[in-house]
Amino acid sequence: MDYFIELFLSGLTRGSIYALIALGYTMVYGIIGLINFAHGEIYMIGAFTSFIVATTLSIYGFPLAAIVVVAGVAAAIWSSAYGYTVEKIAYKPLRHAPRLAPLISAIGMSILLQNYVLLAQTSDFLAFPALIPEFAFMEPVAHIIGSSDLVILITTAVVMLALTLFIKFTRIGKAMRATAQDRTMALLVGINVDRVISATFILGSALAAIGGLLIASHIGQINFAIGFIAGIKAFTAAVLGGIGSIPGAVLGSLVLGLTESFATGYVSSDYEDVFAFSLLVLILIFKPSGLLGKADTKKV
Amino acid sequence: MMMTVKEIKKSLLVSLWFVFLTFPIMVIKVNPIERTVTWRWSNVLYVAVGSFVISLLAKAWLVRKARAAGRQQAACQARASILQELLHRPGYRYPLIIMFSGLALAFPHLFSTYQANIMTTALMYIVLGLGLNIVVGVAGLLDLGYVAFYAIGAYSYALLNLNFHLGFWAALPIGGLLAALFGLLLGFPVLRLRGDYLAIVTLGFGEIIRLVLENWNAFSKGPSGISNIPRPGFFGLEMSLDHAMIYMYYLMIGLVLLTVFVVNRLQHSRLGRAWLALREDEIACQAMGIDKTRIKLTAFALGAFWAGLVGVIFAAKTTFVNPASFTFLESAIILAIVVLGGMGSIVGVICSALILTLLPEYLRALSEYRMLAFGAILVAMMIFKPEGLIAAVRRTYRFHERKSVAALQDDE
Repeated sequence: MDYFIELFLSGLTRGSIYALIALGYTMVYGIIGLINFAHGEIYMIGAFTSFIVATTLSIYGFPLAAIVVVAGVAAAIWSSAYGYTVEKIAYKPLRHAPRLAPLISAIGMSILLQNYVLLAQTSDFLAFPALIPEFAFMEPVAHIIGSSDLVILITTAVVMLALTLFIKFTRIGKAMRATAQDRTMALLVGINVDRVISATFILGSALAAIGGLLIASHIGQINFAIGFIAGIKAFTAAVLGGIGSIPGAVLGSLVLGLTESFATGYVSSDYEDVFAFSLLVLILIFKPSGLLGKADTKKV
Repeated sequence: MMMTVKEIKKSLLVSLWFVFLTFPIMVIKVNPIERTVTWRWSNVLYVAVGSFVISLLAKAWLVRKARAAGRQQAACQARASILQELLHRPGYRYPLIIMFSGLALAFPHLFSTYQANIMTTALMYIVLGLGLNIVVGVAGLLDLGYVAFYAIGAYSYALLNLNFHLGFWAALPIGGLLAALFGLLLGFPVLRLRGDYLAIVTLGFGEIIRLVLENWNAFSKGPSGISNIPRPGFFGLEMSLDHAMIYMYYLMIGLVLLTVFVVNRLQHSRLGRAWLALREDEIACQAMGIDKTRIKLTAFALGAFWAGLVGVIFAAKTTFVNPASFTFLESAIILAIVVLGGMGSIVGVICSALILTLLPEYLRALSEYRMLAFGAILVAMMIFKPEGLIAAVRRTYRFHERKSVAALQDDE
């Protein structure tokens, strides 16, 4: 039973991380209908920025609390800046181009960012500093759930709650929902759609950066290529939940995290990534609208 | 070229933004084991100057393009590139073709075997590019898992040879057909999917094939791969390594010629026009009575077929295959070839395959930046020149205004 609970909790942890990345995919898709292939790379850049900042600060001897805060803020700021810039360079000029064009441009951006980090930093796996301490009160249950799992679960829950409130009640959140429903109509009622799109990219990137920081300190190492697999998995989660739907992304991520955790725990860990890919292919084939998504009918 | 002060100011702001953006990753380099920090301040300068220049150039290009678009509106005619113009002019056509083929035939004798070997690789990419061009360029189905078919071809030769001692020439058609079969298998379920979902599913398919090859040790020997694959034979003739390389080169020349011929004929066939219609507008294409299922499947199968053939040749050329040769990046390179060359353009794909495979070989210093450049090419081509280096010329029928006798009589 302990093993089951352990797998369940580690699945939840995985799922929460996927959710932080999947939200970026789903929000961008909801607003401009584009699969942002470079989103996984934004997450990787978030992890790298926090790695660089945290290690630098720890070498210069700052206290742990300061390091955590500064690294988190820096990761969010720079990831958002990258997300914003990627949108301005690679997607905005192609807004009225045929559907294939922004997609190819997004793939190009993803390859570009990966190799930029590879060339500017290194291709080795880097040891990520342990930002989350082992809490003393977790001692009795440490064999089932680690301290970093707990921190990840709590942080994700708080972030989700904040995001829901943001989307529901703030001005820009309302503008986002309006733009997602009908972009032309949003323009007509005086919403600055360009600004809403930028805000979406910034918000999604910041969430991915938090995810990057959490997972990197949970796993303990990073590399320039971590964005690719994480991006695909988060995308799978977003599609599973119904792309474009925010609660769907969270639900899909948790389902994917749990599936992976149980599959690797009870079946085999060799095919961990194959499970995710197969799940993705199966969903797209049998229920492309996902668990909570609306069916997309096109009228001519 | 006129540059206003305002534009220069804007570019300065852009360059400042990029200095900020790239600051942590470009400037700071930490070593977590030795606990040292290196501050690479000189990179700030490179980023600043580089982004300033690129931003100015991009603006100048966009201004020029907007002006040209304004001028061309009246004419509204796609112009063929010089190369295509020459190829279509009867006086130049045959001498040019003879010159190119003469050069191609003499190549291994003019240069070293090493050069011929590099050229063979470039020729392989030409065939891969032409194959993917059917799927992406002509039929407009974005396939990001193309490398899977390449892997299937390579592994089918390696495994058939290992288990059944099948020779190269027997494995070649089998590899191609197996890849085509897998193309059909992939094609069936994805028929209903829209462009972007299709891209993701094909990407997933490519990764699944690679991961299975990597993990199924009993079947494919896992990450260590299969070695000692024999090179192709020539009627039982024993060949030295040099001769085998040169033989390989001629084999590839033959395959390229065959591919160009078949792809060209396909593009101008009924099927090819149906693909073009599918690419331009799926719904309109269906409304015209085109069987969407059939033409999508044939596009997948025919595209995959070439990848399978090249896969077999790849296995025979390197005499060794392992899953690491078939990553997503390989698919991305082939896609970059198609996009750079111009989607649907045969001449374009040949040129860009040569550029993209030969340049990094000869500019060794730049080969580190190869993948960076491929990514940049994909983005830049989409923004600045979506039709590619050498755009495919649409088959057009020109209307000559000349009143016929019948029309004149009607007027009277």
